Amino acid sequence: MIKIEKLHKSYPIGKDSLHVLKGIDLHIKEGEFVSIMGSSGSGKSTLLNIVGLLDIHDEGDYYLNDQLIKDMNEKKSAILRNKFLGFVFQSFNLISYKTALENVALPLYYKGMSRKERLKVALEYLDKVGLKDWANHLPNELSGGQKQRVAIARALVTKPKVVLADEPTGALDSTTTDSVMDLLKDINDEGMTVFVITHEEEVAEQTKRIVRLKDGVIISDELTKASKAV
Amino acid sequence: MKFLFDSDTWQEIYGSIRKNKVRTVITIIGVLWGIFLLVVLLGAARGMENGFNKLFGNFATNSVFVWTQRTDTPFKGFQEGRRFRLTMNDIEVLKSEYSNEIKLLAPRNQTNNLLVHNFKSGDFRVSGDYPVLDQIQKKQLLYGRFLNDNDILSTAKVTVISEDMYIQLFDKGVNPIGEYLKINSINYKVIGVYKPSNTIDFDGDTAYIPFTTYRKVYNTANRVDWMMITANEGTNIEQMEKDILLTLKGLHKVHPEDKRAFGSVNLGKEIGKVTGFIIGMQFLTWFVGIATLIAGVFAIGNILLITVKERTKEIGIRRALGATPKSIRQQIILESVFLTTVAGMLGIIFGSLVLFLIDAAVSNNDDIPLINPTVNIPIIFIAFATLIVLGTMIGLIPAHMATIVKPIEALREE
Ligand SMILES: Nc1ncnc2c1ncn2[C@@H]1O[C@H](COP(=O)(O)OP(=O)(O)OP(=O)(O)O)[C@@H](O)[C@H]1O
Ligand SMILES: [Mg+2]
Repeated sequence: MIKIEKLHKSYPIGKDSLHVLKGIDLHIKEGEFVSIMGSSGSGKSTLLNIVGLLDIHDEGDYYLNDQLIKDMNEKKSAILRNKFLGFVFQSFNLISYKTALENVALPLYYKGMSRKERLKVALEYLDKVGLKDWANHLPNELSGGQKQRVAIARALVTKPKVVLADEPTGALDSTTTDSVMDLLKDINDEGMTVFVITHEEEVAEQTKRIVRLKDGVIISDELTKASKAV
Repeated sequence: MKFLFDSDTWQEIYGSIRKNKVRTVITIIGVLWGIFLLVVLLGAARGMENGFNKLFGNFATNSVFVWTQRTDTPFKGFQEGRRFRLTMNDIEVLKSEYSNEIKLLAPRNQTNNLLVHNFKSGDFRVSGDYPVLDQIQKKQLLYGRFLNDNDILSTAKVTVISEDMYIQLFDKGVNPIGEYLKINSINYKVIGVYKPSNTIDFDGDTAYIPFTTYRKVYNTANRVDWMMITANEGTNIEQMEKDILLTLKGLHKVHPEDKRAFGSVNLGKEIGKVTGFIIGMQFLTWFVGIATLIAGVFAIGNILLITVKERTKEIGIRRALGATPKSIRQQIILESVFLTTVAGMLGIIFGSLVLFLIDAAVSNNDDIPLINPTVNIPIIFIAFATLIVLGTMIGLIPAHMATIVKPIEALREE
């Protein structure tokens, strides 16, 4: 699903450049549940953003669904994002003036689905994350955990192949963290590839594979007990 | 173009417009004010034009008036400051010498007298005139007729009075025609009542009597107070005015360079001045209106740019969810066009309303030369189209800004 080879990424800072990813090799097959761990500044978000086509890498090869990502124009990557990828952000990133339901339905709008149909589908997904009754509430009327579940519903609504989550539980307490992780596990059980960044060992333990990053290189990549338990 | 008819597009625009209320209101006010000013100013200019046109309406605009004053240069043994009078001889000379140029010539003598009818009386102007006056300044008759050649030949004691004089001197409901009234103690038969025009009028409420009768009654002999001349089509009136004055100076032994001896007014020239003023005003109107419009559109662009910056994060989110740059651009441009259109329409509506109110307020007031203040539909259309084109172009800038950054940079924005 995701194949990364000798990936490099630097950020220009003034005249210098900051070398953030220094040759990453990573293979994620369809249906995997992978977490990335590492200290702050180790390049986790950078990697995820490149995988999510929100940013561009400098060197190396990146294949998404066997398609080489190279010289993508914004239109193509927008379509790929819409088709293959779902995002869950630490800060939820819901659109404040849209209701939960409208937020969830938005990716379907860019897919070109009719309003009636997409509201129907969006409601199904809200139901799935247990927020059917909150469909017509604005984000600021929801708790952090609820917002994140809305964001997850929004990430799932297009039935993406890969869900990318950058610290999805970073802003949540332990109970809501568990409910969000349960959701991600369910998604994974349904066959979706899930790729999470986290700082929390307990969260990482619940995924099936942990990739550890340090100073822009992978220092370990191992399966968890959870994967062996299956 | 399909997206234009997509209810979702409008749903999105509605959402963002409602979200950014301040932006929306400021934008709308900016453009609204611009087009409002344009409509009102153009309408007012048009109204004034109509007003002045009507003012000069039933007056032959190719008229020249001539009268005598005092000389300002000694000439041929005469001292300066000499007074002299126009004569019937002058009239005959001018008529024959300028037969090609002069269309109508009306010599006039005027005075003020007490008019008495039964027990009512009033002080009014009395004017000795030829029937030709009616051709130079059309008289709107309410009853009877104006003076005719017969009256002149027979030095008839007849008079044509104004509506106000009729009201002042006669009892209500009395038919004035055939009634007699005393002017300077002499009986005249009323043969007509006219309504003074509310346009330019040099006479006001005047009792017209035949020129010949005036001459006899007031013993004016050969004298003429002043004259009205209208020119034939195609005549250079200014030249004619100069030539006539020169001829008259010759007849009265006045120095050719004398500036004061003769007074004259060239109505065409005066109208030209007013027309020039109106044209100037229209030009100013366009200038002001267009400048305001452009300023309004720039305000929209500026505000859109600011809000695009404010909305960078939202745009980043949308792009992460699969919005193509095109769809982002479309939305922003459409927002801009939609706002300008709505504001423009409101401006036209309010502008028309104000014009309507102005019209209602002044239409019964003859003192204000403002008639039917309207704006050409095509002009409004063009202004409107320009507005939309400008709105689109100005919307392009923020739209472009919103799509050149990488989605991640937009998302990182707080
Ligand atoms: N747009 C940018 N411009 C310049 N430097 C950047 C940019 N984004 C990230 N960096 C730098 O790149 C390095 C890696 O950043 P990244 O966000 O990938 O770290 P991270 O592993 O996600 O850290 P955290 O756990 O704090 O989120 C950091 O040193 C950061 O300062
Ligand atoms: Mg990070």
